[in-house]
Amino acid sequence: MSALVDEQLLESPPEGDYKLPRITPHKTSEIVPWLRTPKTIWCPGCSNGTITRALIDAILGLELDAEKVVIVAGIGCSGRIAQYLEYSTVHAAHGRALAVATGVKVADPSLHVIVAMGDGDCSAIGGNHFIHAARRNIDLTALIFNNSIYGMTGGQMSPTTHTGDKSTTSLRGNVEAAFDLSELAHAAGATYVARGTAWAYRQLVNVIAGGIAHKGFAAVEAMAACPVYYGRFNLTADPAEFLKGQKKHAVPAGQFEEGESRLRDQYPVGLLHHSERAELVASLARKREQAQEAHHG
Amino acid sequence: MPASPVLMQGNEAVAEGAIAAGARFFAGYPITPSTEIAETLARRMPEVGGSFIQMEDEIASIAAVCGASLAGLKALTATSGPGFSLMQEMIGFAEMAQIPCVIVDVMRGGPSTGLPTEPSQGDVMQARWGTHGEHSVIALVPSSVYECYTLTVAAFNLAEQYRTPVIVLSDALIGHMREAVTLPAPGSLRIAERGIPDCAPEDYDTVMSDLDNILPRPPLGSAFRVHVTGLVYNRRSGAPETGDPEVAGDLGRYLREKIYHHRDAIARVEEYEMKDAEVAIFAYGSVARSAKAVVKWARAKGVPVGLVRPITLWPFPTLAVDRMAAQVRTVIVPEMNIKQMSWEVQAAVSGRCKVIDFGRIDGKLITPAQIEELVKAELYYHDWERS
Repeated sequence: MSALVDEQLLESPPEGDYKLPRITPHKTSEIVPWLRTPKTIWCPGCSNGTITRALIDAILGLELDAEKVVIVAGIGCSGRIAQYLEYSTVHAAHGRALAVATGVKVADPSLHVIVAMGDGDCSAIGGNHFIHAARRNIDLTALIFNNSIYGMTGGQMSPTTHTGDKSTTSLRGNVEAAFDLSELAHAAGATYVARGTAWAYRQLVNVIAGGIAHKGFAAVEAMAACPVYYGRFNLTADPAEFLKGQKKHAVPAGQFEEGESRLRDQYPVGLLHHSERAELVASLARKREQAQEAHHG
Repeated sequence: MPASPVLMQGNEAVAEGAIAAGARFFAGYPITPSTEIAETLARRMPEVGGSFIQMEDEIASIAAVCGASLAGLKALTATSGPGFSLMQEMIGFAEMAQIPCVIVDVMRGGPSTGLPTEPSQGDVMQARWGTHGEHSVIALVPSSVYECYTLTVAAFNLAEQYRTPVIVLSDALIGHMREAVTLPAPGSLRIAERGIPDCAPEDYDTVMSDLDNILPRPPLGSAFRVHVTGLVYNRRSGAPETGDPEVAGDLGRYLREKIYHHRDAIARVEEYEMKDAEVAIFAYGSVARSAKAVVKWARAKGVPVGLVRPITLWPFPTLAVDRMAAQVRTVIVPEMNIKQMSWEVQAAVSGRCKVIDFGRIDGKLITPAQIEELVKAELYYHDWERS
């Protein structure tokens, strides 16, 4: 793992005074107790295991009360994370994870609610919930496993499949444009937006931890390798080559020049946006207090 | 001191019933003719320490309700036909994952945008079979403002007791009608509370819910660290297990039997003037009001007509229909749809008596005169001129 860590990528400039947490990765023996099973359905070379480990690392690094951690996941390869993690977990319906999580968080604001979604889950079938959760600035952490393809169903194009890319439903090359999920989250009102890669593990842990620590809607986009489908159809079926490709594409946010071609060839990583504004659950609590005061005198 | 009557709308009564039942979370999306439920709860929920949230659509509304219920609150949503259709996927999730919650469908004319402000009973089969796959369901049908209140309370009790979504099928007439009602005194209603399993968290995986002892699920964010899934799961451990036909069959049968096995305890029916009835009117919801008027009027003339009014539409009240089929010559089934429940009645009476259906789908109410005509044709030999 350490050979793949590029310290340079950690140097994304904070916006204002905000600094990302710096988590020291934990030993495997510390990670394993937070997994319900040693077996997953994920293909060899898939990044989902790396991202799952990064999430556990972030939760441990922030020293959260594990009993208060709730993982809500959608459907797809990434959705399976719910059944693997030893926290309170919900494997919800396709696209609905954020809406379910909204109910969980409003009902019990003391919970740390982390929402794991794939790119299609988050931005196609669940796209409406994504932009509205960002608009509300509800204190959830959306962790998006972006592998640019539908893996569970066998390699169909998704809203993040780049123009020209091949998939089983774009055999001659995708004619549609891809979403930049981080830009989308920012535009919709997310107050914390960050992107990491499966390749740069430490940075991934830190941007996830930053999202969880942030009070408000946090979108963390984890660029994931799917060598079996996306890679085989487009880049490379070799997992190591795929990750090396990420190293080439990922540019620290501070060095990324706007106007460069995005996503397919180059994308900014690290903290992309951070701001503060009223958070939904806290605002609801204030209104509730006012209403109860008026009602009961 | 006896409570004094208040003038209340059906939709307001649903909202107040939900609060009386202990609901502390509402998520919804505006839709005629259910909107007053959301408006009332937007005002009331914060007053009682609860939460109201207006979601981006009905899919999100029922999803948020599922999430809030999993976090430990009694939760509801309210909608009408088009929104009810959008909710079906997550109603199935709630049935599969055994999430107690209440969905109020204030029925209007459809399909599609249809007749937004006019009543209908077109969703009774959608309530039964709307979500995909094999499942059981509980659906209650109020026919008065008072029942909008009491049946909403009952819906929450059933949801908690059987750990399942419960549907309240109101309609545009009942929802918008105002009646003087004397609400039950606070404390006089039975309220089912959720509870927490009586075992240590580490033992929870090995405690099985059986049909007569349906265990509550501990809330998210507790030492139990539950896993909730829409996949087929092992009923004992809760862990997803899709490769074993025995596990899948066991869960499927359990989810069906959980309701079906208790159908006689769940099913509530009002049998009105049925003692010596030769003809029965089988009517529910707003139509039952017209039917009752006909029975009263016919009885005043000595004509032996009775009313069987299912309050629980699903599970289907088989026992009451059996009694009716053994007694009467004819059952008249007036409903604001075409044959949705009359087919069910026909199947249940199984040739033991004649079933006459009468459907109306133009958004207008079935009048007492229309029912009376059908009754008269069946009981032509009675003296209808007697006064």
